[in-house]
Amino acid sequence: MLRQIRRDYLLYLFLIPFLLWYALFIFKPMYGLQIAFKDFLLFRGIAESPWVGLEHFKVFLESPYFTRVLVNTLVLSLYSLLFAFPIPIVLALLMNEAKNIIFRRTVQTFTYLPHFISVVIVAGIATNFLAPNNGVINFIIDKLGGSKVYFLTVPEYFRSIFVLTFDIWKEAGFSSIVYFAALSGINPQLYEAAVIDGANKGRQMWHITLPGILPTIMILLIMKVGHIMDVSYEAIILLYQPVTYETADVISTYTYRAGLQEGHYDLATAVGLFNAVIAFILVIGANKLSKKFTNTGLW
Amino acid sequence: MKLTRGEKWFSGFNYVLLSLTALAALYPFLYVLSASISSPEQVVRGNVLLFPKDVTFTAYRTVLAEKGIWLGYANTIFYTLFGTMVSLMLTILGAYSLSKKRLFGVTVINFIIAFTMWINMSGAAGMIPYYLNLRDLGLLNSRFGIIIAFAITTFNVFLLRTFFTTVPDSLEEAARVDGANDWSIMWRIYIPLSVPALITVGLFYAVGRWNAYFWSMVLLTDQSKIPLQVLLKKMIVEMNVNSMLDNGGPVDIAKETIIYATIIVAILPMVLVYPYIQRFFVQGMMVGSIKE
Repeated sequence: MLRQIRRDYLLYLFLIPFLLWYALFIFKPMYGLQIAFKDFLLFRGIAESPWVGLEHFKVFLESPYFTRVLVNTLVLSLYSLLFAFPIPIVLALLMNEAKNIIFRRTVQTFTYLPHFISVVIVAGIATNFLAPNNGVINFIIDKLGGSKVYFLTVPEYFRSIFVLTFDIWKEAGFSSIVYFAALSGINPQLYEAAVIDGANKGRQMWHITLPGILPTIMILLIMKVGHIMDVSYEAIILLYQPVTYETADVISTYTYRAGLQEGHYDLATAVGLFNAVIAFILVIGANKLSKKFTNTGLW
Repeated sequence: MKLTRGEKWFSGFNYVLLSLTALAALYPFLYVLSASISSPEQVVRGNVLLFPKDVTFTAYRTVLAEKGIWLGYANTIFYTLFGTMVSLMLTILGAYSLSKKRLFGVTVINFIIAFTMWINMSGAAGMIPYYLNLRDLGLLNSRFGIIIAFAITTFNVFLLRTFFTTVPDSLEEAARVDGANDWSIMWRIYIPLSVPALITVGLFYAVGRWNAYFWSMVLLTDQSKIPLQVLLKKMIVEMNVNSMLDNGGPVDIAKETIIYATIIVAILPMVLVYPYIQRFFVQGMMVGSIKE
C-alpha cells in the first residue's frame, strides 16, 4: 500500500486542490446544517449556539406555510411530470421520422436554442409578454375580442405559465436530445425485417421504436421522480409575487425568503433540511423501482 | 421503399407539426427583435405582432449609452473567463486522478464525490449553510468568492473522467517506459487527446457562468461588481428601467422598446456563438446520459 502511494504521489498531489474545494464548499456547509437544530446566534457562531432540538421543525410544521409550500412543491412537480415530461419524447419521435436532414437540423437548432438563454431573460420575456397593458399575449387576446388579463397576478395561472415557460419552451427541445440519441441507436435491420414481414409504420412504431427507447424513458422518468422536491426556485422567484404565493410559493422559495431575505437562518435551514430528507427518500425509492422494473439503477 | 398513402399523409403532417414547433421556439425571439426596432407608439398600440413597424433604433441608442450595461457585460466576461479557467483546472486535476483505477482509495473518493451530486449544497437544501459558510470565509461581496465558490460541478468531473478512461492504457505505459511521470503523461498524452471533451466541459462551465444570477444577486452588494444577469433582473423582470437610466428623458412610452432592446443586447453574444457550440452540448448530453 505504501509503495502504491509513493508510486502515485503525483496523482494524490493533483487531488489536493480538488478535494480541498469539496471540503471547503461542500462538506463544511454540511457541518453548518446543524443550525437546523440550534437557536442560531450570529455573534456566537455555529458551534457555540445553543441546541433547541426539533423546535424549528415544529414551528415549520405547525405554521400555515407548511401545507401551502409542501402542496405547491408537489403539485408544481406533478404538473411538470404530466405536461412537460412527454413532450421531448414526442418531439424526438417526430424528428426521427423527418428524413430530410437539413430540415431536421434546422428544427433541432431552433428548438435547442432557448436552453442556452438564461432564466432571467426567459422570465423577462415571459413577464413582458404577459404584461396587462403592453404584453403581446394581451394584444392578441384583445384582437380576438377578449378582455385583457393580468396573468401573473392570478394564482390559478401560475403553474401553467411556469411549466409552459421554463419546462416546455426553454427545455423541451434540449431534453429531446437523449431520446433522439436512443432512437438513432436502434438497429435499422429491425425495421427492414419488419417491412419484409409486412408491418406498417404504426406497427413498427409499436413493436420496434417504443421498446427501443423505453429504457431511456424509464431512467429519465425515475430520475425526474427522484427530483420532485427540486423545483427551480431560481426561476420561481423571478415570476412569483405575493398575490400568487398561494400557488407559487414552494419549499425552496420559502427557504430563500425566510433565510436570505428575512434572516431566520436556523428556521430556513430546518425547512431546507426537511426538503432534503423527503428528496432523499424519493431518490432511494425511485432507484429501487428502477432496479425492479428496468434492471438499471442510478447506483 | 414505397410509401403508402397513409404514410405520405403522416410524413406531410409531421413536417408541418415540426415546422410549427420550431416557429413556437423562435417566435418570442422574433417578437422581441421586431418590437425592439419598432417605434414605441406602434408597440404600445399592439400593432407589432411579428414584423417591425416604423423601424427606429432609438431604443438601442438609449441602451448602449447606458454605462451600467457595459459594466455588467465587463463583469460577466470577467466571471465567465476566469471562472471557467479555475473550473477547468480543478476539474482536470480531479478527473484525471479519479480516472486511475490503480490509485489506492479511488473508489472511496469517487463514492464520496458521487454522493455530493444528491445533496446539492448550493441548492435548496443547503442554501443557508452555504451562505453562512461563505460569510465565515469572508467571501461575501467578493469577485474571488464568486469564482471559487462555484468552481466545480460534479457532473462535469464525471463527464471528463469518463473521457479520460477511454484513452488506451498502452499509451501511458509506453510513456512510462520512456521515464515520463504522471504530470507529463497528463499534459502530453491525456489532455491533447481529450480536446473535444475539454471544450465540452469548458463550454458547460462557461455557459453556466454566463447565465448565472442567483448567487451573484445574493452575494454581491456592490453595484460595480454585479454581472449582467443581475442587472437584467432589475431592468427586464422587475421592469425597473427608470432606475437604471440616469440620462432622464421621456422613457415612459419608450420603456417597452428599451426593455426589448436590452433583451436583444443581452442575448446577442449567446445567439451568435450558439450555432458553433451546439454540437458540443449535444455530444456532452449523450455521453452524460450513457455513463453514470
